[in-house]
Amino acid sequence: MLKIEGLTATVDGKEILKGIDLEVPTGEVHAIMGPNGSGKSTLSYVLAGRDGYEVTGGTATFDGVDLLGKAPEERAALGVFLAFQYPVELPGVGNANFLRTALNAVRRGRGESELDAMQFLKVARARMKELSMPEDMLKRGVNVGFSGGEKKRNEVLQMALLAPKLAILDETDSGLDIDALKVAADGVNALRGPAFTALVITHYQRLLTYIVPDRVHVLMGGRIVRSGGKELALELEASGYGAPQAA
Amino acid sequence: MAAVTETIETVQAATEGTYKWGFSTDIEMDYAPKGLNEDIVRFISAKKNEPAWLLEWRLKAYAMWLKMEEPKWPSVKYPPIDFQDAFYYAAPKEGPKSLDEVDPELLKTYAKLGIPLKEQAYLAGVEGAGDSPADARMPIAVDAVFDSVSVATSYKERLAKDGIIFCSISEAVHEHPELVKQYLGSVVPQGDNFYAALNSAVFTDGSFVYIPKGVRCPMELSTYFRINAKSTGQFERTLIIADEGAIVSYLEGCTAPMRDENQLHAAVVELVAMDDASIKYSTVQNWYPGDAEGKGGIYNFVTKRAQCRGKRSKVSWTQVETGSAITWKYPSCVLLGEDSVGEFYSVAITNNYQQADTGTKMIHVGARTKSTIVSKGISAGHGQNTYRGLVRVAPTAHGARNFTQCDSLLIGDLCGAHTVPYIENRCLTAKLEHEATTSRIAEDQLFYCRQRGLTQEDAVGLIVNGFCREVLKELPMEFAVEAQKLLQISLEGSVG
Repeated sequence: MLKIEGLTATVDGKEILKGIDLEVPTGEVHAIMGPNGSGKSTLSYVLAGRDGYEVTGGTATFDGVDLLGKAPEERAALGVFLAFQYPVELPGVGNANFLRTALNAVRRGRGESELDAMQFLKVARARMKELSMPEDMLKRGVNVGFSGGEKKRNEVLQMALLAPKLAILDETDSGLDIDALKVAADGVNALRGPAFTALVITHYQRLLTYIVPDRVHVLMGGRIVRSGGKELALELEASGYGAPQAA
Repeated sequence: MAAVTETIETVQAATEGTYKWGFSTDIEMDYAPKGLNEDIVRFISAKKNEPAWLLEWRLKAYAMWLKMEEPKWPSVKYPPIDFQDAFYYAAPKEGPKSLDEVDPELLKTYAKLGIPLKEQAYLAGVEGAGDSPADARMPIAVDAVFDSVSVATSYKERLAKDGIIFCSISEAVHEHPELVKQYLGSVVPQGDNFYAALNSAVFTDGSFVYIPKGVRCPMELSTYFRINAKSTGQFERTLIIADEGAIVSYLEGCTAPMRDENQLHAAVVELVAMDDASIKYSTVQNWYPGDAEGKGGIYNFVTKRAQCRGKRSKVSWTQVETGSAITWKYPSCVLLGEDSVGEFYSVAITNNYQQADTGTKMIHVGARTKSTIVSKGISAGHGQNTYRGLVRVAPTAHGARNFTQCDSLLIGDLCGAHTVPYIENRCLTAKLEHEATTSRIAEDQLFYCRQRGLTQEDAVGLIVNGFCREVLKELPMEFAVEAQKLLQISLEGSVG
């Protein structure tokens, strides 16, 4: 279970998260919606441990383990995965090499044996086939020269390979056409199960027709202001975020 | 597999953050008296039992050197060097006669460095089957230079079958005087520059390679330089000649113990390529770089030059420069033959207080000569990294082409990167291109990698290796892996 209590955080001295309380039971997928600047991306970076996002109060635990005191790579080894809103380019670094390095780092963290190049290729090709991705994506530099859609697909592929326990998807739908959106949603849905927990951050209801959430939360002004079932997303789509209301 | 052990050791060294080659060997040495004068030049020549012409050649160089001044133009800073405060000759007392008689201490030293001096059984029964340098399982012939002398050269007999001469230059002086006399100083003359003159006067050993007409060298050749003795300079001289249609790939590696003092390494390397010959010269330079405060380390002041004398000849320099307190080095190509090709691929890293002023010169004389320069400079800590390059096109070089790419990567905000390209074109039909970029390792790149489970150091290593990929892929396979690890070790502690 992901459990966040009274979480406050600042960026450049400015308070962005003003006391987040949130529980995502293991096996559930929750959506976080909210207008621009409400703190959605900040929440995902704080959970993943990015520098410059300073936690000033509160706690965040996953399966009872404190996340906030850990380095980003330690959180990754615990099974925390962040699908980036803007995936980063690594010129000259081959995608296959990067994916294998990441997979082995996470496997080491879990006490599993590392995969050699051949074993890795076998696994990667199988996942790529499931996600109907062209194999040449393995040969290219990490995200270099990828279209917006390809970058997001690459994030989904990484998620599929790393098989996280907690996935945080930060506006994975932005910039995606409908086909890419379906691929991304299929990637998440394929992982769904009793041991997979996810936080899906999005502006729009659209993604949630493909990834049907167990709960929907509205983040505004650095706080969760409303929570509800999947129908809440439809309501928000129809009437907008409007003024903050009591949860 | 030795490679696996080596890799494990390299990774261990990386996690310990030390220069793992920093040990010294306790062995009885034979020294020349400290300092430099005409008598020292005579002493060295006598030690090597040299013919009169070579002594004359040395003395002429010494006389030139006395009148020359240290170059002041490189962007490197160091206190004045006292040339009288060093030993110019230091050699293990027990001179080796053959590979089997090498002092066990020396064998241990090279084993510790991962350099195999013992010849492996040469793929018994399948000789000829794998006669291609591309075969990664091929043995590597090594010439090991310890302080001032070559202590061992392996696979000499196997190579001699193809008429290839691979030996120390001291040996070549005696065994092949006509070749040495013909080519020594023909690419880098004695008075070429201050350090080349010094080297010509006091050079002690180095490698000699001659590949006869039409022969493709069946294995990688390499020389491994080790400075061991205290207060000693190393002045080696390497001469490689590829006759018509010959093909050779050569690798040079080097290390030194960790010492508080600065030690001078002033080498000269001369390459000659005749018609249709091809020489690939790779360097993994890993001299002791000094400590984190900039104390100690090697001054690496080296002159390397190739002449593409023949038509369609080709010389390719690849260098990975991770060590040395100061690097001053410009492996160059003089493209005389029509359609000859020069290449320079370089990665230079400066961390802590290291300084590097390195680049190349491509001199186009022949028609349709072509050159490619790819330079990757990485600065971290207080490191200062300068690319200095010259592309000169003579009026005769019709249709000459050059492409230059200089990329700099900065890690942290206390280091510097500088690019000083000189372009002199005297030919209307020549086509020259120059591209340059400067970038940083971005915080978002590091975070992205760490979110995927990589440690900060692994992330830096991955990004830097990506940055250098175009150069690293030019290295022979066996060394590319080592070079990648080396890059990561060199940047130890540079971030965070």
